[in-house]
Amino acid sequence: MLVFGTIPYLVIVALAVIGLATVALKRNLIKIFLGITIFESAINLFLVSLGYRDGAVAPIFTDAPSTEMVMATPQALTLTSIVIGVATTALLLSFAVLIWKHYGTVDTDKIRRLKE
Amino acid sequence: MITDAIIANSPALLVMIPLIAAFACPFIGRISPAVRNIWVVGAMVLTAAMALLLAGEVFSSGTVVYTFGASAPGMSVPPDSGGIPVRIVFTVDAMSALMQIIGAITGLSIVLYSIAGDRRHTGLESYYTLYLLMIAGVMGMVSTGDLFNFFVFLEILSISSAGLIAYRIDRGVAVEAAVKYFVLSTIGAMVILVAIGIFYGEYDALNIAVIASRMQFTLLDQVALVLMIAALGMKCGAVPMHFWTPDAYSMAPSSITAMLVVASQASLYGLFRVVFTLYNVTLNAATVGWIIIVLGVLSMVVGVTMAIPQKDVKRLMAYHAISQTGYMLLGVGVGLAVLGNQSLLDAFGYVAMEGGIFHIINHAMYKGLLFLTAGAIFYRIGTRNLNRMGGLGHNMKYTMVFFVIGALAIAGIPPFNGFASKLMIYESVFMFNPILSIIAMVVSILTLASFVKVFHSIFMGPRLPEYADVKEAPAPMLIGMGILAAVVVLFGLFPGVVVDHLIEPAAQALVNQGAYISAVMGGA
Repeated sequence: MLVFGTIPYLVIVALAVIGLATVALKRNLIKIFLGITIFESAINLFLVSLGYRDGAVAPIFTDAPSTEMVMATPQALTLTSIVIGVATTALLLSFAVLIWKHYGTVDTDKIRRLKE
Repeated sequence: MITDAIIANSPALLVMIPLIAAFACPFIGRISPAVRNIWVVGAMVLTAAMALLLAGEVFSSGTVVYTFGASAPGMSVPPDSGGIPVRIVFTVDAMSALMQIIGAITGLSIVLYSIAGDRRHTGLESYYTLYLLMIAGVMGMVSTGDLFNFFVFLEILSISSAGLIAYRIDRGVAVEAAVKYFVLSTIGAMVILVAIGIFYGEYDALNIAVIASRMQFTLLDQVALVLMIAALGMKCGAVPMHFWTPDAYSMAPSSITAMLVVASQASLYGLFRVVFTLYNVTLNAATVGWIIIVLGVLSMVVGVTMAIPQKDVKRLMAYHAISQTGYMLLGVGVGLAVLGNQSLLDAFGYVAMEGGIFHIINHAMYKGLLFLTAGAIFYRIGTRNLNRMGGLGHNMKYTMVFFVIGALAIAGIPPFNGFASKLMIYESVFMFNPILSIIAMVVSILTLASFVKVFHSIFMGPRLPEYADVKEAPAPMLIGMGILAAVVVLFGLFPGVVVDHLIEPAAQALVNQGAYISAVMGGA
């Protein structure tokens, strides 16, 4: 049981490491943005796993059986976080489009006009 | 009747007005640019009025608690909830009110400045939409008493800031700066969300007051603390997480740079809120205090030494902004290091914290002013390169006066406001550790040296032929700068009044965790 309960957290750590490693090591802007999205997914999964209760039901009070109910807060947090993530991704991708238009590349090693 | 309702709902209106105004802006803009300008200025004036009204309420009658969706705004704990505030609660104490005042004054003067300074650009509807979203983000961040809500406003703030940094695409260079800022701040925000998740998992709550009252300072809490300090320290531009600051500050339009200063300080507020209100004496105050002091000293020294060789005037000012953030961290860090030891706190801890907090408001004013003058110069001559400027004092006299006020204030020369707060920091930090105080003074002298050089290369010297017919900045820009300059001078002339009425309550509010908790939880 304990082993089963820890699987989501192992997945979360793996996803977070993959995401951050992608951000740190890749040179392609699009891949960096993908890394951010993977990291976001790891955190969304973290929030959802926090709210998971074994055998509990959704907190709808009409005709609910008298068992444990799930607190809906983590789900609400995750939804909000997903929405924010979509906005973030959209903005990042539009930056990528602009960079491509003006530099002709999405390689971070070649995007270095700022320092000149 | 209506005024009562407005006062009672001012915390909600403070965020609502800029939000509604922001999303209506693209539609209003279709009517005509003039109507849009009136709309934006009107929204900002209303927001500022709300902030000042609310701040007045807080300073006269204590912490204001506003519960969204409750039958009465003050009822943060519903009677049938078993003593848990289930709704989103705005908790506005003296520290929040101080930050709201900062946001209101700078926000208003920047809008006035922007009306003239940015009118030559296209896409101004989106510009003002994002600007008002920034205001909503800052106001929400400093008002909220709910950690997840804090994260949401933080993201609103960083998304709109990133859009505005990239606003003047500038052959892609501004976009490059925006990418750098946004990648870092997204990861920072995600890290904050992890910490919030940890708190929720441990204490089943998102309300700051509830978590604070249940705080155990377990290993998980320590992990969360490290995540919070790292992410918020990065967002406020402290060394060694400062890389985005010079790029973003120099590439954003000047009016936005001035607002970014306020945005950074909202993150600084978040840092102080976490350390003082969420953890307070449960954490190892000396260790965490020293971590913040070291961050502060590093920021001061690295910031100023990096600033001296810069040739881009806004880049130079951005490095100075990092350096000044160091003073705030130093002052408040010293206060934190002696937290829990009442005699040391009375001897110098409070004064150090007050100095640091006073420096926040002063910094927002003079740094905003300096960035606005840099923007005015750029508006007229089209370059930020110091080597290509000169002799502008002949033609831009008012801008020169405002620049001098800002430069003397940042260098800590009396009678300007920077001197008042820096003196408090020097004196109190000297009693804590003389070496830190000496470093702070040396950094101030270097700041002065750097600004003397900048002043000389921009304004002094003979009239250059290519700038012979440069005109003074337009009146709305001067009014915007004038408001900030007036505040700089007034705060410098009457520091005692400001400290007694604004800063001291704010410092007390940070230290006194119990008052914050009981304001939300009731008499507990």
